[in-house]
Amino acid sequence: MSERTLLSSRQMATFVARGFLRLDAVVPDDINEQFLDEVGRPPQPGESVRALYAKLLSGSGIPTVAAGTPLADAYPPTSAVSRVLHLPVVRGAIESLVGPAPRFDHHFLHVTFPPEFYAARGLPNVSQHTHQDSTIDPRRAFDVQIMYYPHAVTPEMGGTRLVPGTHLRIVSEAAIGRYQNIRGQQHIVCPAGTLVFLHHGIWHGGGVNRSAALRYMFKIRINPTVRQQRLWDTSDLPNDHFEQRPIFLLKDAPDPNSVHTILTTPEPWFEADTGRLEYLNRIRLWRYLLGDERFDADYWLTRIENEPTASTAG
Amino acid sequence: MQQVIAFAILRRLMKRQQVLVLYLADSALDSHVVAWSQWDGTGRREHMAGDAEQPPYSTGLAALRDGWRLIQMAPLQPHAPGAEFATAYLKYEFVFEQWIDIDV
Repeated sequence: MSERTLLSSRQMATFVARGFLRLDAVVPDDINEQFLDEVGRPPQPGESVRALYAKLLSGSGIPTVAAGTPLADAYPPTSAVSRVLHLPVVRGAIESLVGPAPRFDHHFLHVTFPPEFYAARGLPNVSQHTHQDSTIDPRRAFDVQIMYYPHAVTPEMGGTRLVPGTHLRIVSEAAIGRYQNIRGQQHIVCPAGTLVFLHHGIWHGGGVNRSAALRYMFKIRINPTVRQQRLWDTSDLPNDHFEQRPIFLLKDAPDPNSVHTILTTPEPWFEADTGRLEYLNRIRLWRYLLGDERFDADYWLTRIENEPTASTAG
Repeated sequence: MQQVIAFAILRRLMKRQQVLVLYLADSALDSHVVAWSQWDGTGRREHMAGDAEQPPYSTGLAALRDGWRLIQMAPLQPHAPGAEFATAYLKYEFVFEQWIDIDV
């Protein structure tokens, strides 16, 4: 096995709370250049975007891979994607999230075309509706989607839009398409070689590209083949991890690096009541990853699980 | 009478609907906006996903006071047994409209 850098507990807790982990510029330029070479030359405007897309995909050097293939067998060893997946930081993130031998689910080259491609056909150039990938998925186990940005993404290019903290909401794919803007939404404007690891449930959509260049994003979905339990570097879990701390009436700001704080930090879009349900669901996911039902953060689950059975009757 | 009806129909034809959907933090119209969407039947503006970082109004009440007409609010539903902690779609949806004169 090659070298890998596992995620820390803080990174894992952040993934549990927010549903994504962004690693800027972790892929070296030579791999980025190799990937763009393997994708092939950008098409010229004129034909329909759908036809150009088909031409781009069929002409690219990215292989077709059967769903369910071991990820380790999905790409030729010298290909750019294989080199990305073998970077220590990428191996470590994958192993921390879905284990050492995940399955390949699917991949896709997302290309967002500049306005002239739409203007040439008299079509509107609009962003992609907000959606959750795949279909209704109520599992506690989760898949990971890796988004790879082989070139710098500028604000004019739009970037992928994602809404932190939405991943634990059980919705049906494009049913959320009517939500145009959500407080706290992020646009992935990033340097070349950036990777974003997503929980499969996060709400997202492609931003509109108003630049003169094509925007590329390569996405790989992978499935765990083992129970996702303590797969990350747990050596930094503090000794008081299972202890409760004062809540509501506080005299000092809570430690922002504490797992408890990370799991109970709201997103700007949280509704007053369901924001609390988000905390419960995050804590349940953290329990699942720890493999320990004793964990709680700020008493949210302990309170509602308290059903005493002891009797004062003699 | 026919002239009055014809005039009313003509007036209607010269108007287009704008729709504003605000998602609020709780069921009160004066709670703050957490998400929003707009569609403009006049064709003057193309709203789309991800096109704004700040909502057009801070609360639903602010939209009312600016002349938007509330036409629907999400009902409060009891929680299904066994699914009390499930989260899914945004819960407090308020739909507003305006009718805008257009040149025909």
